[in-house]
Amino acid sequence: MGRKLLFEHITKPGIQGLEGYRANGGYRSVEKALKTMSPEAVVEEVKKSGLRGRGGAGFPTGMKWSFLAKPPGVPRHIVCNADESEPGTFKDRYLMERIPHLLVEGMITSGFALGAESGYIYIRGEYFYVHRILERAIAEAYAAGWLGKNILGSGFDFDLHMHIGAGAYICGEETALLESLEGKRGNPRIKPPFPAVKGLYDRPTVVNNVETIAAVVPIVNDGGEEYAKIGVGKSTGTKLISAGGNIKRPGVYEIELGITCDEFLNSDEYCGGIEGRALKAVVPGGSSVPIIPGELFLKTAAGETRLMTYESLSDGGFATGSMLGSGGFYAYNDAQCIVRSTWNHARFYHHESCGQCSPCREGTGWMEKLLHRIENGHGHMEDIDLLWDIQRRIEGNTICPLGDAAAWPVASAIRHFRDEFEYHVKYPTKVKDPDHFAKEPFKRELKASYA
Amino acid sequence: MGATIKAVTTREGTKPFAFSEAALAECRSIIARYPAERSKSALIPILHIAQSENDGWLSVNAMDAVAQVLGLKHIEVYEVASFYSMFNLHPVGTYHLEVCQTSPCMIRGSEKIVGHLSKKLGIQPGETTKDGMFTLKTVECLGSCGSAPMLQCGAKYYEDLTPEKVDAMLDAMRAENKRQTYTDR
Ligand SMILES: Cc1cc2nc3c(=O)[nH]c(=O)nc-3n(C[C@H](O)[C@H](O)[C@H](O)COP(=O)(O)O)c2cc1C
Ligand code: SF4
Ligand code: FES
Repeated sequence: MGRKLLFEHITKPGIQGLEGYRANGGYRSVEKALKTMSPEAVVEEVKKSGLRGRGGAGFPTGMKWSFLAKPPGVPRHIVCNADESEPGTFKDRYLMERIPHLLVEGMITSGFALGAESGYIYIRGEYFYVHRILERAIAEAYAAGWLGKNILGSGFDFDLHMHIGAGAYICGEETALLESLEGKRGNPRIKPPFPAVKGLYDRPTVVNNVETIAAVVPIVNDGGEEYAKIGVGKSTGTKLISAGGNIKRPGVYEIELGITCDEFLNSDEYCGGIEGRALKAVVPGGSSVPIIPGELFLKTAAGETRLMTYESLSDGGFATGSMLGSGGFYAYNDAQCIVRSTWNHARFYHHESCGQCSPCREGTGWMEKLLHRIENGHGHMEDIDLLWDIQRRIEGNTICPLGDAAAWPVASAIRHFRDEFEYHVKYPTKVKDPDHFAKEPFKRELKASYA
Repeated sequence: MGATIKAVTTREGTKPFAFSEAALAECRSIIARYPAERSKSALIPILHIAQSENDGWLSVNAMDAVAQVLGLKHIEVYEVASFYSMFNLHPVGTYHLEVCQTSPCMIRGSEKIVGHLSKKLGIQPGETTKDGMFTLKTVECLGSCGSAPMLQCGAKYYEDLTPEKVDAMLDAMRAENKRQTYTDR
């Protein structure tokens, strides 16, 4: 069994409430930080831990915190990104639902480290019932003196509030989130300035994912060095992975970074293997990361065992690798059609584009239409090249990374499964049946270089 | 929010909208979460309350009442309400069934669930049954991919769906006949 830092107590009775949470060592990090440490010392521990942002980009959290501008007399904010809308990702919901005080505690300790006046938890609108759970936890924390004025007699004041969204994937992008929190449409801002300088209400702001903020708790409790002992290289600590698709045991798992992909997919402690049929493909880190064939998930192109780390999953770059992303893992069995799934992904990004940049707004719609046509047996061979061309023209040419996120799934599907796209053009009558590959799995020619 | 606010707005020929006292109290407590000059931040949370108080959708009257409560221009409210997918700008059924159709759910059979609902209710996604009981909608990932296929109705998630479970759910809804909204506790 791997070590659990966030989920250690998740099954303890009463852990949802303050009393049960306290009984299992809750709020120790607040006591330790406020009574025995300076804010700078807390930032130092987070730096030592090697913690990287768990929202998707993997940017070192300690470094992000040290960029926060501190002009005198200007209030600062910490905002928790609980928008969790990346397809395949449901880890934050699980954490907030089962152990809400862990996030509240992390917000207080992080708020202290950053000298923030107040914090907001921006939660996606669909999670209304989770919002209620957190509201209750926050009220309990206020009543017990963990929030408000002069916490633990330390002179540190900190207010924490919930903020509900209303359905928009783009509001997970941190500047769109801030716009939305200010009561506007979720249009991403042009950067720079970055939120660390001009964030919420034009004040210096740190935006971090739910899991990142929760991880600050064990880092402060046990020290950054202890946290960094888990993992491999620059992938330290534990990571929550939400696992879905055609696996035997879907769910949220806390893994030690560095376990093998094979263990994660096939052991009964985690996914328990593929349901029924053979493994076809994997999306390891949410729909925005490249899809890769099953064999490339288990082993790199060079034949090395692939590990669940930021570095190993991206080994080979986009040619033969993918990304750890948000930890939204889903696997496809051989009944699935990659063209259909790629069309589905394209529709998602088209629907979620905020519409500010023409390459994203128009390109995603165009890709959706082309993919729909190919999937339904009306495609031409040139459409495949056209798709390739469109995705390339979106990537890197937009205000926010949603454009890239829309391009990568299409690019990787064509890169690895081109023969399946061609099959759709060649056998239009066969693919009219939506279950086409369930009846007769597509036989892909394994590329010798990474067979 | 001063005492001068009249929380009732009307447009000729359409149903007037008024916040209940309880809703106004909740609006006040939400506005208090933000710095005094930043009360616009409360717009989305308050739109949710208005929608719940207006049979699950935002009429122009409801949006105008929100503008009044927050001291905003009407257009500032409309432009936000029209951006977010959870705000319904047209009436919806007593039960608004939002089925997730994104890839991880598709892999686990969401298309069959949509098809089953469509057949059972005699409507396509985007439509409402004649009796006004059900609206069917397809939506994007709801953060429940491990319990796919799934749907949301009001504040509730219905997970690991099968055609049998869907039938039982519909029967229970018909028997209960009570509007579900996101803000239900
Ligand atoms: C289109 C888009 C959607 C995103 N969605 C989320 C999200 O749902 N949750 C999240 O934590 N980060 C999301 N991010 C990343 C955030 O912009 C930001 O990097 C993150 O909240 C930083 O926190 P971290 O450093 O703790 O990961 C998204 C980014 C983009 C471009
Ligand atoms: S890339 Fe797409 S989502 Fe991002 S700002 Fe441009 S149009 Fe909006
Ligand atoms: S894809 Fe349906 S809940 Fe995530």
